[in-house]
Amino acid sequence: MPGTRFVPIVLALSAVALFAGCGSDSSDEESTGATTTVTAADCTPESLGTFKAGVLTVGTDSPAYPPYFEDDDPTNGKGFESAVAYAIADRLGFGASQVEWTTVPFNASYAPGPKKFDFDVNQISITPPREKVVDFSDPYYNANQAVLVAKGSDLADINSLDELKDAKIGVQIGTTSLDDVNAEIDPSTEPRVYDNSNDVVTALKVGQVDAIVVDLPTAIYLRDAELPGSSVAGQFAGSEGDQWGALLQKESELTPCINFALQNMVEDGTLDEITKQWMSDAADAPELN
Amino acid sequence: MASSVIVLGGLALLLFTSSGWPDVQETFFSPEAFRTSFPDILKAFWLDVRMFLAVEVVVLILGLVIALVRTSLSPALFPIRILTAVYCDIFRGVPVILLVYLIGFGIPTLGVTGVLAEPIFLACVALSLAYSAYVAEVYRAGIASVHRTQTDSALAVGLTNFQALRHVVLPQAVRRVRPPLLNDFISLQKDVALVSVLGVQEAFRVAQIDAQSTFNYTPLIAAALLYIAVTIPMARILDYLSRKEEAKR
Repeated sequence: MPGTRFVPIVLALSAVALFAGCGSDSSDEESTGATTTVTAADCTPESLGTFKAGVLTVGTDSPAYPPYFEDDDPTNGKGFESAVAYAIADRLGFGASQVEWTTVPFNASYAPGPKKFDFDVNQISITPPREKVVDFSDPYYNANQAVLVAKGSDLADINSLDELKDAKIGVQIGTTSLDDVNAEIDPSTEPRVYDNSNDVVTALKVGQVDAIVVDLPTAIYLRDAELPGSSVAGQFAGSEGDQWGALLQKESELTPCINFALQNMVEDGTLDEITKQWMSDAADAPELN
Repeated sequence: MASSVIVLGGLALLLFTSSGWPDVQETFFSPEAFRTSFPDILKAFWLDVRMFLAVEVVVLILGLVIALVRTSLSPALFPIRILTAVYCDIFRGVPVILLVYLIGFGIPTLGVTGVLAEPIFLACVALSLAYSAYVAEVYRAGIASVHRTQTDSALAVGLTNFQALRHVVLPQAVRRVRPPLLNDFISLQKDVALVSVLGVQEAFRVAQIDAQSTFNYTPLIAAALLYIAVTIPMARILDYLSRKEEAKR
């Protein structure tokens, strides 16, 4: 087969072609969605071009963890993000029965191409690189990172992040915890990065790591429900925290409406109420510098 | 050659002119994302290479020992023969990712410390166990392919059982199974990435971290290229060996 000799060359050329041509024309324009002002009349089930007509399709990952969802069932309206989603729906005129949930793995939420949901709530931190690819709503929660240590750990009484320098630290992939650990602790042992929250917990349980860094509400939930005797050593004081937003298709016409609903919820105190109901009071977690 | 150009060119045309292509290109083949993520992924890939080399040595030895036990005729070894047969069945039957996960999280539960609790070490153990089972079967096939008369003749000219095995059977057996052995090693070379489920930041995990923090899949392509850069030369060596073997027949 003399032809096969050229296959590597053809493949190499196609590889070059794949990467060629982009970068120069990358969309540099700032996101416009946030500044568009809308009124209640623009945001009705009839006028919104939702994924499924007359229905608001909301995405989240499975399993859905407390305190953001309860009983792994987003449809019950229990848990912080489930409650937020139903409140947003309500503001846009969708009754609870007009809200449909769909499973969206975090990895898939930012895949190119049309999205199979109207918006996705999954404790997703808003960051500038991510904003280039998707739309985010205004933030509905501001999360600090917290350090959780196992029962009887020497690290339970630390006063500063410096004391974590020589600790083996576990985090979950896809979270901003790793960035914060690298930036603020810069541990001597490379942090371990696990696939999901369950693996992070297991790693702490079996002593694979000395401490885990997760969002503060997660830390408090884990301490109270999953890791008896563990303690929240403290929360990161230096960073201004992560802002979570609903994820939407880039330049979705829904973004201004979600923001409109959220604004509404902030103004009449609904968001505050939901937050108080589902997210534990963070006051008992000392701040670590 | 002409047909390759038409087929590949046609596919390329179809791909590059599709409406979603600019999005796909930006998300999977962004030169900028490639440049920023590649150095870290390359650095992490060194861990994959070292793990692969370490596990490969263990597998070559352990696999051979198991194969020798399984093919031995000595009645004294019967119980161990049964054990090795069970071993091969179990470790070939369990998905490697499951094995890495079970050993990686299971052994530390026993309360062991030091290297025994090190995820990299535990992943190497899991990979060695799994691949030794595959490789033992490859060796066994090779040993079985050497005709019984070879051993008989060796014994007839005065070689001991061990000498017959060492100088007559094994050289022929191993030469015959080099292609399938290499094939297993190509597979192993990719499976070392499974250490990532234990939280270790090897190339695939580093690429995943980059991809998820920027919402761009290009780092995964960068990692894929690294694995390919190692496996393709191995595949070519395999082809070469197969051709040489073929020519001898």
